[in-house]
Amino acid sequence: MMLETRNLSVRYGNLTILDDVSFSVGERQWIMIVGPNGAGKSTIVNAVSRGAPYTGQVLLDGRDIKKYKSTELARKLGILAQSSNVNYSFSVEEVVKLGRYAYSGGLLSSKSADDEAFVERALELTGLRDLRNQSVLTLSGGEKQRTFLAQVLAQDPELLILDEPTNHLDLVFQKQTFALINSWIEQTGRSVVSVVHDLSLAKAYGTHALLLNRGRLVASGPVREVLTRENLTSVYGMDVHDWMREMLSQWEEDDDNSPFQ
Amino acid sequence: MSTPRFKIIYIRLRACCTGWRQGRDMKKREGFSPIAYLLMTLAVLLTLIFCVCAGSVSVPVKDTVTLIWKAIIGAELPDTAYKSIILNVRLPRVICVGFVGASLSICGAAMQGLLRNPLADGSTLGVSSGASIGAILAIAFGVSIPGFEEGGPMLMAIVFAFLALMIILALAYRLDYSLSTNTIILIGVIFTMFAGSIISLMVTFAGDQVKTIMFWTMGSLSGSSYTNAITIGAAFAICAAVLLSFSRELNAFAIGEDNARNIGVNVRRVKLIVLVAISALIGVSVSIGGTIGFVGLVIPHMTRIITGPNHRRLLPASIFAGAVFLMLADLLSRVILSPLELPIGVVTSFVGSITFVYIFYSSRRGRG
Repeated sequence: MMLETRNLSVRYGNLTILDDVSFSVGERQWIMIVGPNGAGKSTIVNAVSRGAPYTGQVLLDGRDIKKYKSTELARKLGILAQSSNVNYSFSVEEVVKLGRYAYSGGLLSSKSADDEAFVERALELTGLRDLRNQSVLTLSGGEKQRTFLAQVLAQDPELLILDEPTNHLDLVFQKQTFALINSWIEQTGRSVVSVVHDLSLAKAYGTHALLLNRGRLVASGPVREVLTRENLTSVYGMDVHDWMREMLSQWEEDDDNSPFQ
Repeated sequence: MSTPRFKIIYIRLRACCTGWRQGRDMKKREGFSPIAYLLMTLAVLLTLIFCVCAGSVSVPVKDTVTLIWKAIIGAELPDTAYKSIILNVRLPRVICVGFVGASLSICGAAMQGLLRNPLADGSTLGVSSGASIGAILAIAFGVSIPGFEEGGPMLMAIVFAFLALMIILALAYRLDYSLSTNTIILIGVIFTMFAGSIISLMVTFAGDQVKTIMFWTMGSLSGSSYTNAITIGAAFAICAAVLLSFSRELNAFAIGEDNARNIGVNVRRVKLIVLVAISALIGVSVSIGGTIGFVGLVIPHMTRIITGPNHRRLLPASIFAGAVFLMLADLLSRVILSPLELPIGVVTSFVGSITFVYIFYSSRRGRG
């Protein structure tokens, strides 16, 4: 098991955000954390990645995550958060290079050729080679998020955690990101945990899923078994399948005179 | 037998050169080249000599240089009228000014990176005011370290600079975890006012020490001694070395604290060390030169336009630029109303507040 949580709970005062959640992530798995707003999806990520206070245990490779040194942890665990504003005009390459921070030795060690190779590959994979010298301040939202994706890929973690990385980004970029991460898993055999809102994306790319509602784990396991009609209906309080079909049918009816043709 | 030997040497040499070239091409240099460092050092030295020569009494450059050179190598000094002006008054002062400028500037650059805030500076955050409370308290209550006269105010200035920084950051974090530009500046302004009121209160009760105390609120480096110069020089060497060794971490913080944590920076430890180094250096600077505002704001900002935000270049460049800027500002404060002397803080604040407004407006416009 790469990552395992045992009875993970998060409370703020009397408020229980996350209640007794246990799950594990194995190799080559892409786990989708899904659930309505306020279900505690991001809380899991915060507890695991930022050390937000929690009770219970989080184990990484069988060892308590709190016992890791920060660079050790970064070599095992990469996190792609929702993009935030950058205030200074670092170049794309400078940002991506920082992904190798956890591998740098003491003060005097210089960058190794190995570092360069990882940076190059990450730039290549994310299609940022041509933008490498551009300031991050001038990038579009999608390009900026791709820069941070490249950074976390250069970090070469064994487990990648994505906290709604495609929020506020358009469909094309969503598709690109998910396809890219998928090929990264195939190439490297690593695992991914991601928080997603879009159930179709979860179903299309995930191998496993965690369905959360009001801080509790409703179901976990292979995607097909978790994202069932019954489970989703009970959690979202509406027939999700029907709704999606209805949405899709809009396009079918329109197909003849669609403005997008 | 004779040709192979040369050939081997030739081949080895070529291999060395090409290998070296390849190596250089592969890892693009992030910091400055030795030549750039040499040029910047030269600029600082030229400014230093210029500032020592110029003043209410102008001394020819040639005389100044020979005088300083002879003093350095320990030769017998010619008994000219300039001797005392140059060696006892101007040289220690200008050296002090240079170090204070370099110190305030690198502190500003480091703070702006650490807090991800282009407006952070010892004076805008209220750290300098905190340091002056400490220094003034030490004077008012006669705190001193035996054998080191300036030690009391200096130590108190360092402690209070750190306390001030802690209070300001704690308040800012409580209000707004992401430490947005405006929150922290607002709290800095409020803290400066608070510190100002405490200083005024102490001045009211201090009586005959008023004059020494007022010095801290205005900022001036007149009457600096070689002891001052050595103290600030040593503090600068230690703290700047610490800050420079954290260039990479500061880059990560400048992009975002969460990002720094994600890539494996020990956020808490780095922050603490950097903040201690900054407070110590600001504390020493304030205890020697008083509160000289805005140097740490203006210089890193201008430097960043040229070097970019990478701290491997920004920090060293800020050091040199800060030294040059403050030496020139000090010269201006000496000559502009000669024989009267303006407090140096007047000059820096004048330039600084205009720059502050400019940065504030342009950074707001940039946020779209």
